[in-house]
Amino acid sequence: MTNSYTDPEDLRWKCHKCDMFLSVGPASLTYMGKTINARLPVCPQCGFVLISEELALGKIAEVEQLLEDK
Amino acid sequence: MDQNELRLLESGCVQEEPPECMAACPIHVDVRAFIANVSQEKWEEAWKILRKAMPFPGIIGRICDAPCKEHCKRKEAGQAIEIGMLERACVKTQSPKQRIYPLPKKDKSIAVVGSKLSGLTAAWDLSRKGYKVTVFESGSQLGGDLLSIKEEILPHNVVREELDILFSLGVAAELDSSVNDENFLEDLARRFDAIYLGPDYRNVPSGLKDLKGVFSRGFLQYDPKSPVWQAAEGRWAATSIDRFLQKVSLTSGREKEGPFTTRLYTNIDYVPYVPAIKPLNQASGYTTQEAIQEAGRCLNCECLECVKACSYLEKFDSYPRKYVREIYNNANIVAGRHPANKLINSCSLCGLCEAVCPEGFAMQSLCLKARRDMVQKGKMPPSAHEFALLDMQFSNSDQFAMALHEPTYESSAYIFFPGCQLCASSPGEVKSVYAHLRKTMTGGVGLMLGCCSAPAFWAGEEQLFEEQFSMWQRKWADLGRPQVILACSTCYNIFKTYLHEAPIISLWSILDETGLPHDFTSLKDAVPLALHDPCTTRYESHLQTNVRNLLQKMGQPFVDLTAKSEYAECCGFGGLMQNANPDLAKTVINRLAGRSSADYVTYCSVCRDNLAGAGKRTVHILDLIFLKDGESDPAARKRPGWSQRQENRLRLKNDLLNELWATDRGERIDHAGPVLNISSEVWQVLEDRRILVTDLEEVIHHAEISGHKFYNPDSGHFKASLKLYNTTFWVEYIPSDGGFTIYNAYSHRMEVSGKEGQ
Repeated sequence: MTNSYTDPEDLRWKCHKCDMFLSVGPASLTYMGKTINARLPVCPQCGFVLISEELALGKIAEVEQLLEDK
Repeated sequence: MDQNELRLLESGCVQEEPPECMAACPIHVDVRAFIANVSQEKWEEAWKILRKAMPFPGIIGRICDAPCKEHCKRKEAGQAIEIGMLERACVKTQSPKQRIYPLPKKDKSIAVVGSKLSGLTAAWDLSRKGYKVTVFESGSQLGGDLLSIKEEILPHNVVREELDILFSLGVAAELDSSVNDENFLEDLARRFDAIYLGPDYRNVPSGLKDLKGVFSRGFLQYDPKSPVWQAAEGRWAATSIDRFLQKVSLTSGREKEGPFTTRLYTNIDYVPYVPAIKPLNQASGYTTQEAIQEAGRCLNCECLECVKACSYLEKFDSYPRKYVREIYNNANIVAGRHPANKLINSCSLCGLCEAVCPEGFAMQSLCLKARRDMVQKGKMPPSAHEFALLDMQFSNSDQFAMALHEPTYESSAYIFFPGCQLCASSPGEVKSVYAHLRKTMTGGVGLMLGCCSAPAFWAGEEQLFEEQFSMWQRKWADLGRPQVILACSTCYNIFKTYLHEAPIISLWSILDETGLPHDFTSLKDAVPLALHDPCTTRYESHLQTNVRNLLQKMGQPFVDLTAKSEYAECCGFGGLMQNANPDLAKTVINRLAGRSSADYVTYCSVCRDNLAGAGKRTVHILDLIFLKDGESDPAARKRPGWSQRQENRLRLKNDLLNELWATDRGERIDHAGPVLNISSEVWQVLEDRRILVTDLEEVIHHAEISGHKFYNPDSGHFKASLKLYNTTFWVEYIPSDGGFTIYNAYSHRMEVSGKEGQ
């Protein structure tokens, strides 16, 4: 099961290279040898993933801390 | 750390030692907890505490002579707490119901001769341990002398009720016993497995007393009329009999059975004098309200000297004895979360705890050892110290580090090593000091720039420290091992400990000895300043004296910020607290900044900058000694941000090489990147998140070259990211005026990848 972390605002961004609006798609996050799958705003063409400030400082920071303390 | 080391360390913290009252009580009633409950009107709880240690609390609570009282710390600030009267007030309230759960019955029987409190207590304790007990009394009722106490002090029905509990445990009584008969004891010895001869039994025939299994009064030092001492004697006898029958050591582990001297320290320096509450009616004692008031005077004795002095120890809601255990457990977790990592990495390693602790408990040694252990096992969280270690590596790279003889000299009698942070904070003053030293000192004053590698030391990175420090040593040796002049007390500590062969001297000692610069001008209208000693001068009192002498020579009035020189406080930089726990570092600096309303003067550039960053007007002593022309308010100088601190170092090296050694580094120091427009709000975000301007430049450069970026048609902003070292930085920006306007930046450490084409 993968969690979805996408704010509607995130989908207002476009991939500059592909000129396509982002959509919710699969992405993986890896740290300290652990990989977590999640659904994030990505470019539907090239797969370029956008990490929002809220996600970076919220859930990602929390998971980083948990993995670091393992 | 092994179990023995753990216990040794735990015993170094006295917080869990019993208070004076409890230690002095012959039966060790938890007097402190009892009084705390009385003060909160929790009478049932107070009752239960008495019951836990006191046999027959309805009786002893009414007649206890409270030998603990003379040990009460309150008497040093008023009068001792009236503990005996509080006991009486408590046992006059309704007693809570109790259920007694004796141990399973044992097949041994014990005779107790005499039914004073001593015998009754022995019977009480032994029957609860499951023994079959018979009390022999020569009189016609048990506890005879208790019934001779005035009814208004000890009502007879209370005595009877308490003794009924004894009978409910199956204790038998043989009244009107001929205890003085010639054959009485011999008969008992045949019938019972052990005999206790109470203190009222005086006709112990010599010879019989030495028989195995016969126990009699052994403690003669006490007042035989004292009810609580009588109870204690009965209790000790019961313990001996139990051990005798169980065939275990009669003596081991009983050192603290009677009153003992506690190691608990309680500071009463700031406790206001409050006299004891006098009962309105002396004969009937305290009313409940009077008792509550009197209990309110109790100091609840505890130590916590270190916790009171240190925001870090306070933050984790406990005290060193508990922290030792948490750190020990943390090290032994094989799989799963390590909950004490934050505790270990948040200590500033300043050693204030050790200075204030009555037993010298050193939390910093414990934390440093734990950090080294974590690094060795690969268990150190990578983010904990990375920013500081990268900054150290920057300082020790060619971008900043250098070691040269004084221009025109081929050898050096001295080298000046200002340390990384003074250069980061006040590069101009480093130049002034160096110029001054070249004028005043003979034999050549070389210059070394770099970092003493304290960040690696603090991070527990022993190998990295060794590498970086040896690099410094090699450069110093190449200069001919000159005497090292230090402007930073952290460097001073590191060199003093690790550079045994180097003669080191503080800049403050040199200035104190050689005098102020001849063109020294004092600040106009100098107001008294509060002098903050850096924590790294805690045991360097000569440096503290040098600085005080210098302030006096300058005509600068000042007051000491702390009562004792070894109580110097950390600004939150030490031990990399600022990296591992930025929120705590803010609490620490705000607390330090709040110590006095006066402007501060200090002689550590990091303390100065951290105080300035907390909005506290602070001057570095060099700001005063080398006052710039026209400078009227050096205390208003802002804290340079992280990016500025790197740029200051970069430029300082460049300027010095150009100005003094006429060397062109051949590197472009002037801003090579595009112009970045950054509002003050965004600057603050960058500071809080420790994002450097050079990080922003690299992200934007990469995005603009590769085209790999996001675009928001609503705002017109671009957003791009790049992984640098172990961190991915994100920047939100728009191109503007030949440069870029920055709107936001943040970072994370997880590596992200999408799945192409999906």
